[in-house]
Amino acid sequence: MSRTIGDVILDLQNISLRFGGVKALTDISFDVREHEIRAIIGPNGAGKSSMLNVINGVYHPQEGAIIFRGEERKKMEPHRAATQGIARTFQNIALFKGMTVLDNIMTGRLTRMKANFLEHALWLGRAKREELEHRKKVEEVIDFLEIQHIRKTPVSRLPYGLQKRVELGRALAAEPSMLLLDEPMAGMNVEEKQDMCRFILDVNDQLGTTIVLIEHDMGVVMDISDRVVVLDYGKKIGDGVPDEVKNNPEVIKAYLGAGH
Amino acid sequence: MRFFLEVLISGLLSGVMYSLVALGFVLIYKASGVFNFAQGAMVYLAALSVVGVMEKGAPLWLAVIVAFIVMTLFGIATEKFVLRKLVNQPPIALFMATIGLAFFIEGLAPMVFGSDPRALDIGIVDEPIEAILNRWGMVISKFDLAAAAIAAVLVTSLALFFQYTRIGRALRAVADDHQAALSIGIPLQHIWAIVWGVAGFVALVAGMLWGARNGVQFALTFTALKALPVLIIGGFTSVPGAIVGGLIIGASEKLAEIYLPPLMQSAFGGNFGGIEGWFPYVLALGFLLVRPEGLFGEKHIDRV
Amino acid sequence: MLYREAGQFKSSYAADQQLFPILQDRVGVLLLLAVAFGVVPLVAGEYWFSAILIPFLIFSLAALGLNILTGYAGQLSLGSAAFMAVGAYAAYNFQLRVDGIPILLSFIGAGLTAAGVGIVFGLPSLWIKGFYLAVATLAAQFFIVWCLTKFPWFSNYSSSGVISAQKVVILGHTFASPREKYLLVLGIVTVLALMAKNLVRSSTGRAWMAVRDMDVAAEVIGIRLLPTKLLAFAVSSFYCGVAGALYAFCYLGSVEPDGFSLDMSFRILFMIIIGGMGSILGSFLGAAFILLLPILLDIVLPWLAGLFGLPFSNATVSHIQILVFGTLIMFFLIVEPHGLARLWQIGKEKLRLWPFPH
Ligand SMILES: Nc1ncnc2c1ncn2[C@@H]1O[C@H](COP(=O)(O)OP(=O)(O)OP(=O)(O)O)[C@@H](O)[C@H]1O
Ligand SMILES: [Mg+2]
Repeated sequence: MSRTIGDVILDLQNISLRFGGVKALTDISFDVREHEIRAIIGPNGAGKSSMLNVINGVYHPQEGAIIFRGEERKKMEPHRAATQGIARTFQNIALFKGMTVLDNIMTGRLTRMKANFLEHALWLGRAKREELEHRKKVEEVIDFLEIQHIRKTPVSRLPYGLQKRVELGRALAAEPSMLLLDEPMAGMNVEEKQDMCRFILDVNDQLGTTIVLIEHDMGVVMDISDRVVVLDYGKKIGDGVPDEVKNNPEVIKAYLGAGH
Repeated sequence: MRFFLEVLISGLLSGVMYSLVALGFVLIYKASGVFNFAQGAMVYLAALSVVGVMEKGAPLWLAVIVAFIVMTLFGIATEKFVLRKLVNQPPIALFMATIGLAFFIEGLAPMVFGSDPRALDIGIVDEPIEAILNRWGMVISKFDLAAAAIAAVLVTSLALFFQYTRIGRALRAVADDHQAALSIGIPLQHIWAIVWGVAGFVALVAGMLWGARNGVQFALTFTALKALPVLIIGGFTSVPGAIVGGLIIGASEKLAEIYLPPLMQSAFGGNFGGIEGWFPYVLALGFLLVRPEGLFGEKHIDRV
Repeated sequence: MLYREAGQFKSSYAADQQLFPILQDRVGVLLLLAVAFGVVPLVAGEYWFSAILIPFLIFSLAALGLNILTGYAGQLSLGSAAFMAVGAYAAYNFQLRVDGIPILLSFIGAGLTAAGVGIVFGLPSLWIKGFYLAVATLAAQFFIVWCLTKFPWFSNYSSSGVISAQKVVILGHTFASPREKYLLVLGIVTVLALMAKNLVRSSTGRAWMAVRDMDVAAEVIGIRLLPTKLLAFAVSSFYCGVAGALYAFCYLGSVEPDGFSLDMSFRILFMIIIGGMGSILGSFLGAAFILLLPILLDIVLPWLAGLFGLPFSNATVSHIQILVFGTLIMFFLIVEPHGLARLWQIGKEKLRLWPFPH
């Protein structure tokens, strides 16, 4: 592999998050290094998705600090996270159902577009130029994900596996430096999983994108991630390279207890 | 001060009537997630069917029974032919469908029962209570008091019904979680039909009270517009919220009607009557600023 | 195979991003415009202009405005008529109080004023959505109409707030006849409709639709919700405002605040439900449908009643009208939630394959 893992770019310190009485996350700290693939695993309801939501500001933790590229703050704002280069996919597909594949992926580039609505209304120089430029970038993403044939299809008509791919496309279109993936392979068959794995590895390898990944398939996780953090009932019970984590007694207990 | 109290009390009493209409909204929203804009039209339909049947020579009690049957059948039909077909549509589509439903009723009901305004006599007169008038010199309407009492009884019995009967518990369960409701063993469709029946009953009571007070006429449909700000203040899912919201709106609206126009007149000149059309809405928006989830609603964070 | 894309290969993204990418659509739109501008003025009579075509165009514009807000940006509004009122009164006051202001500038001013008011009433969308927001727009409906009635300044101290629109003069020419007014309205509506089409196919439109379809995901890809929603409120109100100004100046001539009632707001909403939410074409189809239906019922119902010897009154006609509206709304929401525009599209797809069934 050509990439080399760099310094810490995201550092989460003592994050706690509650919903009413439910403690979703309790005092969790871990970090993510540049260019690495960092997996978060744990049984259902462990707080994995909540963790991603804290990272890009969908949820605001009651305690703790988030340090991203040296900037410390108590909470992120989602659009802020986006402009700083964090993109993301969701556990339950969150595509824009009323739009085509192409339009969905184009939205991924919204933050990079400068023309204002008046220019759009009149379709003046810059609006038109931008549309073409960004379309070109989006077509690259479409080629990369091999979804040329469904470009103009409304996403709601696509099968599940393809929807997941389009959602990845929308995130990639933003050319993020950090990509948060929430169970990108859930509900896929073996072939689809292999494709998705390949895409993730390629993105990481060729573009150097840092990836934070939630995945239930242990085979995949152990194969592709550099380091793994393990959550259970909102607490961190393990953190390290795959081999370390695999042999961590607490992790084994949690997984056996949860019936895995 | 006496005058202020008089206004306040009559405001609170008419607020109870707002609560009654709001209650119809809350019941349906809780059980099926539908924001039923047709609630006002249902009030109109109920009142019209009572006077319509009475015109044919039936006594009041019979007319009420007939109207109740009409409302229940209507509710079941709505559930079966409209809402069930829209199950997987976004809530806003359901809402718009109920606007269509309101128009449907507003067109159909007067064709069946006649459209000219009529009086409805339910045996309570609208005159001041003498004891209060003599003792404190305040004008409090007998009718308003009786109406408030009836509404209070209805609300209490509904609350008890929800709390202590099997169907009531099932209804609450549906509100929380459709799967859980299924496990109680009552089909969802029955539950919805029952809810629409109950909402029809509430509309009937509201229609008779409002109709007896202001005459049975098209304007009864506007009771829905009175109830919407109540819902905003109380929250869409809370029965106590509907009651407290109704009281707040009723009282503040009456007070504003009396005290605001003179103030505005001295500021701008001219005549500023008729603020009751918008005042409750602006008040409700003010409330939203402070408590977006309503007085009794719970804060909700979208799950992703 | 009249309507085929096959063979029309797009060799560049630019070609794929034209206003109407398919040749037949381009030709169709041009033909339609040619007929509307060139043929209709020659053949249509006075009644057609003032009772059908002008109100059709004006309500299409209002429906377009509401469609931008509700169909594209997903924010339900029940107050469109009030924003039309703002436009009507603003245009009147610009003409009245600004010496020598060109009428077109007054119309634009009317739109901008409505946009400003729209932004104010859109602010609650920061913290509420869905039904709550719909109720907030009702506040706009009632409050605005009340203000226009009660503050005599708006109607230049006329009784009960009635205003009589000034003459429409452009470059020294007075647009007095229904035909001329039709052409003026047509021109304005065409320009605004094309601009709307441009907006919704650009990133502005994509941001609106993203917010409509899933606001959390929209935020996560970097869309700021409040400015996006407020822009939708502003643009939508601008369209409604211009429609209101045209309603006063080119259709009725004199208007009163109560004319811009909740009922009118509902009718505009019905136009987009039946025409098609999130479709420019749908706004026009819906307006035509909602305006023509009562005219049709007025003719057909008495005739039917006569045929069966039933008693018949005007009140019954209006009740049936309301009943039919209500039924159609429910019918469309259940059977074809994307409205007439979608039916049109399905028709086109069929035509594309014609004469082969698949
Ligand atoms: N928006 C919310 N409101 C209330 N509670 C929430 C919310 N989001 C998450 N929770 C709660 O927080 C806890 C952690 O949930 P989370 O979705 O983070 O788990 P997870 O590890 O992603 O589980 P899964 O493997 O099932 O996706 C759960 O108890 C959940 O019910
Ligand atoms: Mg999860």
